[in-house]
Amino acid sequence: MRLRFDEQLSELNTSLIEMGALIERAIASATKVLEEQDVETARRIIAEDETIDEQERDIESMCLKLLLHQQPVAGDLRQVSTALKMITDMERIGDHASDISELCVYLADQTYIKKLDHISSMANATIKMVKESIDSFVKKDLALAHSVIAYDDVVDDLYSTIKKELIGLVHENVDNGEQAFDLLQIAKYYERIGDHAVNIAEWVIFSITGKHKNKQVL
Amino acid sequence: MNCFGIRGLNLYYAGFHALKDISMDIEAKKVTAFIGPSGCGKSTLIKTLNRMNDLVEDCRITGEVRLFGESVFGGMDVNHLRKRVGMVFQKPNPFPMSVYDNIAFGPRSHGIRSKYELDEIVETSLRNAAIWDEVKDRLRKSALGLSGGQQQRMCIARALAVAPEVLLMDEPTSALDPVSTGKIEELLLTLREDYSIVIVTHNMQQAARISDSTAFLLLGDLVEYGGTEALFAMPKDKRTEDYITGRFG
Amino acid sequence: MNVNKKNHQRKLSELFMAFLTYGAAAATFGVLFFLVAFIFVKGIPHIKPSLFSLSYNSENVSLTPALAATVIATPMALLITAPLGVFAAIYLTEYAKRGNRWVILVRVTTEALSGIPSIVYGLFGSLFFVLFLGWGYSMLAGVFTLSIMILPLIIRSSEEALKAVPDAYREGAFGLGAGKLRTVFKIVLPSAMPGILAGVILSIGRIVGETAALIYTAGTVAQIPANPMQSARTLSVHMYALSTEGFHTDESYATAVVLLFVVILINAASVRISRRIGGRA
Repeated sequence: MRLRFDEQLSELNTSLIEMGALIERAIASATKVLEEQDVETARRIIAEDETIDEQERDIESMCLKLLLHQQPVAGDLRQVSTALKMITDMERIGDHASDISELCVYLADQTYIKKLDHISSMANATIKMVKESIDSFVKKDLALAHSVIAYDDVVDDLYSTIKKELIGLVHENVDNGEQAFDLLQIAKYYERIGDHAVNIAEWVIFSITGKHKNKQVL
Repeated sequence: MNCFGIRGLNLYYAGFHALKDISMDIEAKKVTAFIGPSGCGKSTLIKTLNRMNDLVEDCRITGEVRLFGESVFGGMDVNHLRKRVGMVFQKPNPFPMSVYDNIAFGPRSHGIRSKYELDEIVETSLRNAAIWDEVKDRLRKSALGLSGGQQQRMCIARALAVAPEVLLMDEPTSALDPVSTGKIEELLLTLREDYSIVIVTHNMQQAARISDSTAFLLLGDLVEYGGTEALFAMPKDKRTEDYITGRFG
Repeated sequence: MNVNKKNHQRKLSELFMAFLTYGAAAATFGVLFFLVAFIFVKGIPHIKPSLFSLSYNSENVSLTPALAATVIATPMALLITAPLGVFAAIYLTEYAKRGNRWVILVRVTTEALSGIPSIVYGLFGSLFFVLFLGWGYSMLAGVFTLSIMILPLIIRSSEEALKAVPDAYREGAFGLGAGKLRTVFKIVLPSAMPGILAGVILSIGRIVGETAALIYTAGTVAQIPANPMQSARTLSVHMYALSTEGFHTDESYATAVVLLFVVILINAASVRISRRIGGRA
């Protein structure tokens, strides 16, 4: 029954997984660029952001068509509306990956004023969050979604640590100031990526339970 | 406040168990929708509320239905019950007489004779059913000349003319085109302010659009009953989800 | 090839069916036209003023008394039977429970009665009203016999008309809290009126055309009846008498023309009445 509809819903899922893979790769590549100061890869990431935007528009129109043609209710309604909300956050994550890459291009010929240890940890933490948030949607895994939200604290702590370190470096030598600002901005982008992953996880929870941030939406 | 209180209601047609131990409260001045596949008992349930099932031979009922606390099966006069609980049917059923006489039929049945009074009732009822402007110049002409949608709104006006407290509607738009359906849905939302409305519908979107509460029936069982939005967004029972998402069976 | 052949066959059979239906319609119309034309040709030349003299004698063979008897007997019989038949039908359709044994009995009886030849009714009327009740050959005996004869017809046609009223009307009325009596008389009966009147018109046809049942009950005296206990002959009986006597065959045809017009007039009037009653809506 409703075979066509079920097909369309699974198509939607596939597209979301694809888009998820795209943004995961974008963040991972951006991190590599940061660590290896690889300008070529950075340019590729910036160009690939276009693909992510396109994917967002495709999924958006898929969702709107589903709403129009199938007038979904119950689980179907939650799945489609969750997809609609998720892709906005996913697209922002893609933007941030490209933002990070742009800054890296700028920093490419500079020697880093500090070791990247904490920034790398932050990058890995956010990659994990993004991956798990999308996994939780695909597998309808409530526990995983909750763990993504909890994990955001780790990212936030790392951000404050990095901030303190950079302030210290600027105190030591005012010439560190410019690069310190850029690095802080990169850290901020990662922190934002973590927030978007949290948003995704929250919508996943809605699609499973009908509740968003512990409130009945309907 | 509840207009209907239903407790342990069972209904049998000859040997067939059509309603199984139904208990529910229906809120006053709200729109309550009954949904479910054909033969689930939703029409039977709504017809129990004004005892239209009395007309069916071999129909046996146990349990309680109370209208504002008063048992409808006990000492209540059935004609009085049906005056208080009006009904609109699936197919528009204007009587083969003028629009005016159609509307006045109910009040006349309940003893209103004064022409002045009847004129007033006819006008108010037609106005409340949002059809006055369309028929005011042809009150004396046959109601059968109206379009299907107009006929149905006239039937709603006819039901309103006896000043009921509750309006039962058994798939009132299933025989109408989308424009007429839209007009009747609009009308229901305004009528909700003054009347308690119970509606049976096959159209899930309609139930979602116009009702405050929805009850899902299946094979004579009340499977799920609750706020419409919650029921459509997050049904608690798997059978409800399967039915409203069209994956029934 | 095969398909073509099949197509061809289908076309042929369609043509044949069309020919049959058109042919049947033409034949029906032709017979009717011939009948009326025949009566007109034979009858109209012999319509003379003397046929309409106030009283009958063997010279003028006036049809006035017979016309009067017809005009009196028809409404009298209807007055007795129509209310009885219609109320019986109302009981059968609206009040009696479906499958009630008594109802089935009544239904079977009416059906059987409607198939009985009118001479049997005549014989019964003659034995019961004329002899047993001692009314003699009289209008009254004739009218009662006619009433019994058309009762099954009226019951059956009224029952059909009432059954044809959509249940939606009844539901609508009950749904407004109207009682049974009001629903039946204000909604159901008016809706069934055209059908009931159709039955009444048919009955009128039978009354006006009846001879066998009347000869043994109302007698054959050609006079305008002064009271219901007097004998009288209706137009049909009059025609029958004239043609069996054999002396006035031409006048018999003239009478047939008049009878034809009477029937047309009554039918037109009935249609108008049914429009007035049932066609308001």
